[in-house]
Amino acid sequence: MRKSQTEVNDSHVKLSRRTLLLGGAQLALVAGLGMRMRFLQLDQADQYRLLAEENRVNIRLIAPARGEIFDRNGVAIARNEPSYRIIMVREDAGDVDQVIDRLSKLVKLDEVELERAMTEMRRSPPFLPVTIADRISWEEMSRVAVNAPALPGITPEVGLSRFYPLRSDFAHVIGYVGPVSDYDLSKIDDPDQLLRIPRFQIGKVGLEGRLEDNLRGVAGTKRVEVNAVGRVMRELDRRDGQQGEDIQLTVDQKLQSYTQARLGDESAAAVVIDCQNGDLLSVVSAPSFDPNLFVEGISVANYRRLTENDHRPLATKSVQGTYPPGSTFKMVTALAAMEEGIISSDNTVWCPGHMEVSNRRFHCWKRGGHGHMNLEQALAQSCDVYFYDVALQVGIDKISAMAERLGLGHRFDLPMSGVAQGLNPTREWKQAVRGQSWLPGDTVNVSIGQGFVLASPLQLAVMTARIASGKAIQPRLVKSVDGVERPVAVAEALDINPAHLAEVRRGMNTVSNNRRGTAYGSRIIEDGYRLAGKTGTSQVRNITAAERAQGVFRNEDLPWNRRDHALFVNYAPVENPRIAVAVIVEHGGGGSAVAAPIARDITLQALYKGDPPLEAYPSKDRKRIQEQQEELRKLVPSRNLTRSDRA
Amino acid sequence: MSYLEYHIKYVPTGIRKVLHLNWPIILLLSAVSGVGFLMLYSVAGGSYSPWAEPQMKRYALGLGVMLIVAMVPIWFWRSVSGAAYLVSLILLVLVEIMGSVGMGAQRWIDLGFMRLQPSELMKITLVMCLAAYYDWLPAKKTSRPLWVLLPVLLILLPTALVLRQPDLGTSILLLAGGAMVMFLAGVHWAYFAAVFGMVTGIIVAVFQSRGTTWQLLKDYQFRRIDTFLDPASDPLGAGYHITQSKIALGSGGWTGRGFMQGTQSRLNFLPEKHTDFIFTTLAEEFGYIGGISLLSLYTLLIVFCVAAALANKDRFSSLLTLGITGTFFLFFAVNMSMVMGLAPVVGVPLPLVSYGGSAMLVLMLAFGLIQSAHVHRPR
Repeated sequence: MRKSQTEVNDSHVKLSRRTLLLGGAQLALVAGLGMRMRFLQLDQADQYRLLAEENRVNIRLIAPARGEIFDRNGVAIARNEPSYRIIMVREDAGDVDQVIDRLSKLVKLDEVELERAMTEMRRSPPFLPVTIADRISWEEMSRVAVNAPALPGITPEVGLSRFYPLRSDFAHVIGYVGPVSDYDLSKIDDPDQLLRIPRFQIGKVGLEGRLEDNLRGVAGTKRVEVNAVGRVMRELDRRDGQQGEDIQLTVDQKLQSYTQARLGDESAAAVVIDCQNGDLLSVVSAPSFDPNLFVEGISVANYRRLTENDHRPLATKSVQGTYPPGSTFKMVTALAAMEEGIISSDNTVWCPGHMEVSNRRFHCWKRGGHGHMNLEQALAQSCDVYFYDVALQVGIDKISAMAERLGLGHRFDLPMSGVAQGLNPTREWKQAVRGQSWLPGDTVNVSIGQGFVLASPLQLAVMTARIASGKAIQPRLVKSVDGVERPVAVAEALDINPAHLAEVRRGMNTVSNNRRGTAYGSRIIEDGYRLAGKTGTSQVRNITAAERAQGVFRNEDLPWNRRDHALFVNYAPVENPRIAVAVIVEHGGGGSAVAAPIARDITLQALYKGDPPLEAYPSKDRKRIQEQQEELRKLVPSRNLTRSDRA
Repeated sequence: MSYLEYHIKYVPTGIRKVLHLNWPIILLLSAVSGVGFLMLYSVAGGSYSPWAEPQMKRYALGLGVMLIVAMVPIWFWRSVSGAAYLVSLILLVLVEIMGSVGMGAQRWIDLGFMRLQPSELMKITLVMCLAAYYDWLPAKKTSRPLWVLLPVLLILLPTALVLRQPDLGTSILLLAGGAMVMFLAGVHWAYFAAVFGMVTGIIVAVFQSRGTTWQLLKDYQFRRIDTFLDPASDPLGAGYHITQSKIALGSGGWTGRGFMQGTQSRLNFLPEKHTDFIFTTLAEEFGYIGGISLLSLYTLLIVFCVAAALANKDRFSSLLTLGITGTFFLFFAVNMSMVMGLAPVVGVPLPLVSYGGSAMLVLMLAFGLIQSAHVHRPR
């Protein structure tokens, strides 16, 4: 079949025509592709370049080192210790089970923790590190490091974790840190990126919590290049963060540790304050707890042990607890009366052992009565009737005004948790809160620190410091932040006649240095170190008529939680007051028998900056004191942990 | 149909044929393949293994195949067109049967040194068969319905088989390539208009039916069509590839990020970076200039092939050359549209650049046919 020449030519023309048509369409398509390329690569290049960078660059946070806390002499109270943990990368490990088996022979692995780690490992990509064991000891860490060749995929890592070397001694002052929780985050409007790091440690309570912003520091960042599955290829650059600010307290670690040991297992609190500048030298609440338990999250069993203890170790009794001040309040009543000109040093009151007010009988602690009492004797022997009588003449308004001037009912601004306001009752307060008008009986109760009045050990220490110095001392806990000294509040002279203050101080001197004083047994005999104080015993119950009839009102016969609180406040030395001390022993019994000896020991410890010579004690006490000092020395190990010793 | 039909006054013989090869086309093929080696070297992180070296060996082999095919007279190839088509079809059916007889979904036959995909071979033999058909068919019968139906069946049969594999990309190439040869052969435009109108009508009807009582597809089928047409609606699934691909392209800018500096490909954000998406690596590392250069090389290759076809007075040679050229055009046009987000991702490699043995060898074989047509053209 031979095609004709014309037919061939015709079809060839048609072919050429259609080829050109198709070629044109193809060229148009190619032009379209070129335009599209131009659009993507030139017009939108910047946008896509940015997206590519976002793809590739991952920003990692570098946690800053938390600020450390030191005492006034530079002893470390809270520091950052290296914490060792073991991480595992599945893809490098090969046979995971075999490696884990070998590891378990070197390191004690927690069953639950291991189970969690294995689950996490199965779920995450093989190159992601998973923590196998946390907080292992240095010995275990080195064992793992030595055996590294036999443990593929296992790497020991070093991080920083909070450590409180003094354990329970500062638990109530500085509180503790703990892993950040959802609850913590919910309280903050715009949380720091750092808080998103799992198990990042933040201050929970106490100074750690209150000064969190100073202590935390600023996160650094590290830009790393990652590939599509998130594996880190290399570090591009890093911007170092800012370490948290170091904080120095006014507290003296040696005194604090001594005081903690001296209070022992009693449910008690003690505050030592510098009479001249308000520096808190010791703020102790007992019993205490080990804040290190909270750092990694406390176990349920441990936490229950703390909450179920009837001596409430978690409560910060020193600033948070409020108690009827008992007879330690009598200085307030005396000062109010003198300022009103109602009494002078010569006035006397007859104490028959009780007093009738509004048909109610108010007893003196001494059933038989004190007889004729002047101010000095009334303070020294803590005669209640004297103050009943005086208070009724002065009235509650003047008494509460005086209490306020001495710092009662005032919430001091300290960076601790739950600093209490206490209660300085007034007519207005009773009307507003109780809806009742003030009765003369209320005044009688308040005059000896019972009834409505409540004060914290901190407030009582400040009160004593103010009486001793005649100045409106303000307590200070933080000495310096980041090396910058915090200013000492200028203490102005109290608006009280110095002669009247001298009268009260004379009475307090008699309390502890006169044979008839209630705290004569707790005197200091070293010249230049003598203390002046005031005992207090505050009732936590009413003695019922039935009990009185049965004769069951000996304190020791009652259950612990119904016994009286024992209080003692003092300043020393008498001639030139340097420190003021307040001690309260919950349900301890009598102030003179229980609280005063403790206060004397603390006072001497503070004045001598260490164990005092036995000669400072009355000779008959020395043998007992010597034994006690030896006992306490065992409890208070010498901790010469100064800044330079940091690991 | 014999050699006698050719109006040949002079045919080069023996080694002289080499001088009459279309050398510009060989140069362009080598240039495009060279770009491929460079990119494969780059995506392997600066290494000849695992892709650049095998690809180079295959190119060398392909070059040999091309020369051998070119030396064989074009009338021999015309005479075996039908048989070649049949063999391809049988192989297609064979992999289909083997696949269903428990060897799993399989598109290839193991030849020992390489795996041959019959569907790749089919792209060429279909064009050969159609070209031979229209060379044989008298021009005035070209548009008669019965004579139109036969090539349509020739196209649809392998297309359906490939679609079953399932390989949407290759089916589209087969369908479009076959249609292109029919169009060039002079089949009346009304047929194309009718088919085009019908397909459009069906698509419109299907989409119109959505949400009505006479809905033609199930809801999940519609959703699959949605993600197919607009991958951006599923950014972590189907859309992930195309989004990353566009980021790689776009971040290239004018001159690119530099050889082996492309972060998208080096850090594995790009999918299939050595096969279907290799163009994005090129565009990322060499920028707009690099991309346009490759596009120009392809266009030049097309232009030279079309020029050779038009200069060839033999109808079979012309149709065959144009058909192969058209298929080759579809290859890179679909691939580039795909990676630039203009077309759905259907799995078509970038010819001669993407890593892959079958495609490379079959393409070189096809260019061998073009060379043969050129060498043995009527003079």
